[in-house]
Amino acid sequence: MERTWCKPLPAAELLIKGGRVVDPESGVDAVQDVLVKKGKIVEVGKDLKAGKNTRVVDAAGMLVLPGFVDLHAHFRTPGREDEEDLATASAAAAAGGYVAAFGMANTEPVMDNASLLKGMARQAEADALIPVGFFAAVTKGLEGQELTEMGELGAAGAVAFSDDGMPLPTAAITRRALQYVKVSKRFIAVHAQDASLFKGGQMHEGPASARLGLTGIPDLCESLDVSRTLDIAAYEDAELHVCHVSTEKSLEAIARAKEAGVRVTVEATPHHLTLTDECVASLDPNLKMNPPLRAESDRKALVEALRSGLVDCVATDHAPHASEEKDVPYEEAPFGCIGLETAFSVLHKELVESRDLDLGTLVTRMSAAPARIAGLDAPAIAAGVTADLCVVDPAAVWTVSPETLQSRSWNSPWLGQELTGKVRLTVATGRVAWDDLA
Amino acid sequence: MPEPRPASETVILTAEQMSRTITRIAHEILEKNPGSEKLAVVGIHTRGAFLGARIHKLLCEVGGRDYAAGNLDISFYRDDVAARGAVGVIPSTPQPVVKDTDLPFTIDGARVVLVDDVLYTGRTIRAAIDALFDYGRPATVQLAVLVDRGHRELPIRPDYVGKNLPTASRERISVRVDECDGVDEVVLVRSKEA
Amino acid sequence: MPKRDLISIEDLSRADVELLLDTAESFLPVLERDIKKVPTLRGRTIINLFWEASTRTSSSFDLAAKRLSADTLALKASGSAVEKGETLKDTAITLSAYSPDIIVMRHPSAGACQTLSANTEASVINAGDGKHQHPTQCLLDLFSMRQNLGRDLDGLKVFIIGDILHSRVARSDIMGFQMLGMEVTLVAPPTLMPRGIEEMGVKVEYDLANLKDADVIYLLRIQKERIKAGAAYLPSLREYSQLWGISQARLGPKQRVMHPGPINRGVEIASDIADDDENLIAHQVFSGLAVRMAILYRTIVGYSDGAASGEVL
Repeated sequence: MERTWCKPLPAAELLIKGGRVVDPESGVDAVQDVLVKKGKIVEVGKDLKAGKNTRVVDAAGMLVLPGFVDLHAHFRTPGREDEEDLATASAAAAAGGYVAAFGMANTEPVMDNASLLKGMARQAEADALIPVGFFAAVTKGLEGQELTEMGELGAAGAVAFSDDGMPLPTAAITRRALQYVKVSKRFIAVHAQDASLFKGGQMHEGPASARLGLTGIPDLCESLDVSRTLDIAAYEDAELHVCHVSTEKSLEAIARAKEAGVRVTVEATPHHLTLTDECVASLDPNLKMNPPLRAESDRKALVEALRSGLVDCVATDHAPHASEEKDVPYEEAPFGCIGLETAFSVLHKELVESRDLDLGTLVTRMSAAPARIAGLDAPAIAAGVTADLCVVDPAAVWTVSPETLQSRSWNSPWLGQELTGKVRLTVATGRVAWDDLA
Repeated sequence: MPEPRPASETVILTAEQMSRTITRIAHEILEKNPGSEKLAVVGIHTRGAFLGARIHKLLCEVGGRDYAAGNLDISFYRDDVAARGAVGVIPSTPQPVVKDTDLPFTIDGARVVLVDDVLYTGRTIRAAIDALFDYGRPATVQLAVLVDRGHRELPIRPDYVGKNLPTASRERISVRVDECDGVDEVVLVRSKEA
Repeated sequence: MPKRDLISIEDLSRADVELLLDTAESFLPVLERDIKKVPTLRGRTIINLFWEASTRTSSSFDLAAKRLSADTLALKASGSAVEKGETLKDTAITLSAYSPDIIVMRHPSAGACQTLSANTEASVINAGDGKHQHPTQCLLDLFSMRQNLGRDLDGLKVFIIGDILHSRVARSDIMGFQMLGMEVTLVAPPTLMPRGIEEMGVKVEYDLANLKDADVIYLLRIQKERIKAGAAYLPSLREYSQLWGISQARLGPKQRVMHPGPINRGVEIASDIADDDENLIAHQVFSGLAVRMAILYRTIVGYSDGAASGEVL
């Protein structure tokens, strides 16, 4: 059954020569050629020869990786096409090496009924450069009161259910959702947050917020709700996914739950894995996100959890905002930053090159792990599978700017900064979706 | 051993010559203001203030009266604020430290003698006169300078001059006073880069 | 020379602070004479942009600019384009058409000065942004201390008492007081003490047990909003006054009281102290003018303190 949709592009005919193929799924880490015919990988090996109509890509010095899957993006469509639409979001995802991405339900109108989902699927078939799919809301209008028709939404292809952006307000509605979601054979993804502790919050609560005079969002605000939701999931034996985990305390609760056999998966964002609350001192509105950037100890715990697998996958929480919304004083700016196009560059530079994480683990957390959570086949670089891969130049230096970004918005924490590592080619479901080799 | 004088410097007045010059100026001031009780000496920071104090001391000794004295900082009256430190403009010289203006007497009706070390463009004196008038309305304002080096840009003329010294604009006159420079002398300094 | 903003006390070095205080001191004689005005900033344009109610800060900036002969323009949020939904960025662009040299701004949101500065060529001076910073208040506090307690403030013990959590004055003062070598102790109800503030190098206390150690007692205003339902920071102003309010009875003979104003008699400060000439509160208001003149002056002419060189004129 379909969970993703994209527009039909010509099937790729490619010979990717001399790149370092890193695919933990196939157990490969070696310089190999990859031959793609009619969108399928037909051979992986040494000294492969191209056919007559096959484009040869010189990948010497580059990484050839299974394509990434993003479980957490905001496509802003319908409703805020001025910030992003399926064409720009999928272009941004492709430029980041992604071969599938899923949009959250907090659109205008809210993705809380099957007819809207079907409409968006048709839209994706017209606009999306890579396969995209959709979360449906847990509660109608994200109001935390009435459940959506999860049975019908699941049948229409919703990848899972989430009120992301709005925490589920009570234990009772969380429980009902975790009970009822079973009819759809999907899971609930929670944005864990205690609303009363969050009130008025501007950044992580700690020495930096004390110094800056910004209302703090304590780590408790997340971990209390994570703990509570895990307890309910355990009680109902339901499948749960924790979105954008950001604190050490939440990780401790999750570790206990996983130990006890609770069926929970977890994602963390590139910004929480690489930045901390100290960065907020610049009062740059692009560093204002929810959950907020946390303490260095939280960041370190997240990196370790990503390494160990306690955090299953990386997800971007790509959240475009129009420049007029972000070009305001920090305290007045909305939460959120974009992330699809910078995710791999940032994580590769900050975690892999610093040897906190090996490349294979990062690839698994960005590709196979999120794919499986979404119910997709894990992208692999092996003969016989559809080509879902990307080619990355790990040494390329580029500047994050409105001109270099494919996203319609540019509210990136790294705006104006030079990043190292650039995706040069993305092949999604056998079609070239991003080509920066010319 | 004292360091040898740089080749770029020529002594114009020695300590002894400086002392005689100041004494002469003090006598000229008394001659021009016979019997005046309202005489007041106002030195312009920094070196003019020290020279002013010396002249004041001589006036009191010779005139046998306790004349008024004070000093003036003209930083807030400069006409080149726009050219120094203004947005996008590189300041030509460091900003001077602002020093206290101290005028412990009534300016109204006083016969003020402004004292400065070097008279050059006249802009400092213009600023000093402006500053003075913000404190009151003197009866007369006279000007005493140790060196007049020419190159006036404003219609200002000294009443008492220690030494007239026509200079080239790339030359500089350095008046050194014991109180802040550890030595009394006036030297002509030729600029290397010019 | 790039433009120089004053958004946080951290924008200044210790030398800058001392130069500002010295400059302020040199303005004092100007303020004592009949013509209380110097022509220094003649032809300069200074805009006062106050998005929050303010009497003493806005009036002292306005007067400071006038004393320096600058042209001033005062704008308030009420009745302006802000009420019609104009963003700060657009206000900045609009005002920039007048080529101001300095924009002084008070704003309810932290980060507003950065937004303004990014959209104007003018130097931005922060007159209070949210709970973040109020650097000019800190400088005038330092000036009052120096004028009344001696030039060397090193080792002085200051207790800052009150609503630290919501106080931009406290944050600027902590940094400024420490910069000049003072030891800072914070005293507040536990609900109004920011978590993690001790990492700024201050002592944190919740009662007045050690008040006798203070040379200076700096009181902060307690807002009535803090006891509203839903806020629940304090049970009552009465209890605050009992536990943290300062009256003559709690004061030693050499302890001096400061307050940024406006004061709440009977809450954080008893009338017997408010009316006592020994406190520095009135002097703080007096200092505001000279210090703000110094800030405007230095923002335009620069913070360099090279030797006087009258001959260049």
